[in-house]
Amino acid sequence: MEELKKELKEKIIEALNLEDMSVEDIKDTDILFEDGLGLDSIDALELIIILDKDYGIKLTDSKDGKKIFQSIETMAQYITDNRTK
Amino acid sequence: MNLPQNKIPVYVTNGTCVSPMGFNLIDNIEGIKKGHIAISEITDENLQNESFYGAVINKELLNKAFSQLTYKGDFSTLEKMMLLAVDQIAIEYKAQMNDKCGIIISSTKGNINALSTENNEAYFLHHLAKKVSNAIGIESEPIVLSNACVSGIMAVSIAKRLIQTEAYNHFIVVGGDLFSKFVFTGFQSFQAISSQPCKPYDKSRDGITLGEASAAIFVTKDLNLIKSNSFYEVIGESSINDANHISGPSRTGEGLFQSIKNAVKESKIEVSSIDCISSHGTATNFNDEMEAQAFNRMKLEKTPVFSLKACFGHTLGAAGLLETVISLAFADQNLIPPSFGYNEHGVTLPLNINSEAIEKEVKIVLKTASGFGGSNTAVIFKKCTSDEK
Amino acid sequence: MKNNIIHYCNIKNSEVYLDGKKLYEGAGEEDFSSFIKGVYKNFNLDYPKFYKMDGLCKLAIASSSILLEDLKDEIDPDMAILLSNKSSCIDVDLKHLDSISQGEESYASPANFVYTLPNIALGEISIKYKLRSENSFFIFEGFNPTFMIEYANSLTQLNKASSVLCGWIELNENNYNAFMFIIKPENGIEFTRKNLEKLI
Repeated sequence: MEELKKELKEKIIEALNLEDMSVEDIKDTDILFEDGLGLDSIDALELIIILDKDYGIKLTDSKDGKKIFQSIETMAQYITDNRTK
Repeated sequence: MNLPQNKIPVYVTNGTCVSPMGFNLIDNIEGIKKGHIAISEITDENLQNESFYGAVINKELLNKAFSQLTYKGDFSTLEKMMLLAVDQIAIEYKAQMNDKCGIIISSTKGNINALSTENNEAYFLHHLAKKVSNAIGIESEPIVLSNACVSGIMAVSIAKRLIQTEAYNHFIVVGGDLFSKFVFTGFQSFQAISSQPCKPYDKSRDGITLGEASAAIFVTKDLNLIKSNSFYEVIGESSINDANHISGPSRTGEGLFQSIKNAVKESKIEVSSIDCISSHGTATNFNDEMEAQAFNRMKLEKTPVFSLKACFGHTLGAAGLLETVISLAFADQNLIPPSFGYNEHGVTLPLNINSEAIEKEVKIVLKTASGFGGSNTAVIFKKCTSDEK
Repeated sequence: MKNNIIHYCNIKNSEVYLDGKKLYEGAGEEDFSSFIKGVYKNFNLDYPKFYKMDGLCKLAIASSSILLEDLKDEIDPDMAILLSNKSSCIDVDLKHLDSISQGEESYASPANFVYTLPNIALGEISIKYKLRSENSFFIFEGFNPTFMIEYANSLTQLNKASSVLCGWIELNENNYNAFMFIIKPENGIEFTRKNLEKLI
């Protein structure tokens, strides 16, 4: 799972244009949205696309996203349990 | 703000439209009265494997209708739609074309299918505008307004302002946008495409249905020119940005509320004298809820509201103008159009929505629109009688 | 009092000017993306959202920030924004088109798609400066000073705004030209076609 977490951090930095941020700057348990990394609703949709494109998971209800995208930790767990790619 | 005295009154008249329901206003009005909608189920594997809903014009019929007109040369689908809409206005007001007459073209993506890496000239909106304005013989430089989904109605307010400050005497306003893979896939990535014909304000609404259409209207200060018995004065208008988020509307409907408030103030009318509201009503969760907030803040919760998007789909740059033209045509007959798709109230605040047309004397119509980039527009129209000419 | 141009900013040919004075020069041969990042860093724009924006919005935010940063307390809350260009948002349009043209591997990006409307630039400026005001985006074949003058003046004449932030913000790949200016009924450069053509 460590490899997956690193991969996720890299993808998030690239896809969400988090310039000046490196993989080391994002802790596994950091809150991604609002007060944490400050991601917003469009970023949430972008993460849904990543889930589909890179891991074959289709999330049709963006409300489920809240729990799944809480942190790198929760994302990695969900992907490990549900990935088809 | 102090309102300037003696503002020049500006009128709109001769509204027309082209949609999947018909290539003239009457066909569209009669269609709505019969309960028809422009939205249908579409199968197009270029877009996706499953069928989806959209309001798409039959291109064979479009080409046939266009060939009956006198325009020479090659025109794109959108240009044909726009010329079909503006043709009658161009004929009726031919003498005004060179009398400080401007043209505003409202479109979000224009000839989007011409977009390619080879900088195809047809993609550029000024190119589309020039084709249309040259075809109908307007000399002045065409103005293109590309301001998301408020463009169609914002264009009317811009025409009014330029006439009131005497930069122009008249304006032809034309709006149009296509149903495209470009836009469809974008809204899909937003998870904003409805799985059914869209249902504005309804509890089971789940997103937008896209559509394509064009519309046109003539704007002037000269009452003597107006040949039709149907004309409306633009008595108030305002466009205030939410300054909140680039794609999500303000939760309190701040920009829309301010726009309506300013428009009412300029009109010097009581809010209670507004007879009906032709709203934006896209059927997304957020938009419809935001509008409910704004309308309630303005104490408009009892005023009949209707969204024509359940009929025509979301026609982007055409929407504001198409929906205005339809609303005013219904107002001519003292009718308020139905808000199709509404069965169970689905926003947290009260609104007066009816899924059937209402017979009522209509003198004052409020048109609102909202769009990406935090844009909002509110325009108030007052019915005029032939005695005023 | 008539409207006059009270401040203006130019970003073109790897250079940034404020009121005619050169404030920054980029590395010369660099592409637009590298150049505009350099501008952001040089002027300490301190606005992390900048990195999420498409090129057109970056250009609009950079030029308006340079223009408005020193005027923070003097910005009218009802200052209207009037922007225009020739190419709309062609660069991000092409990005979106590319992402949906990959056959089975087509995935549209919401972060991209949201920028495929030129008026988003207006939204970004409104958000940054909390401007709940009039704004519109127009497209012309080339800079249209006559229209800018007629329309900007109509906004103040009709009391829709106390001042107007006007701009020609053009970007097409590595060809860029931003000319932003504020008009207000205060002392300044006469708001005429001749002057606008000189200043752009």
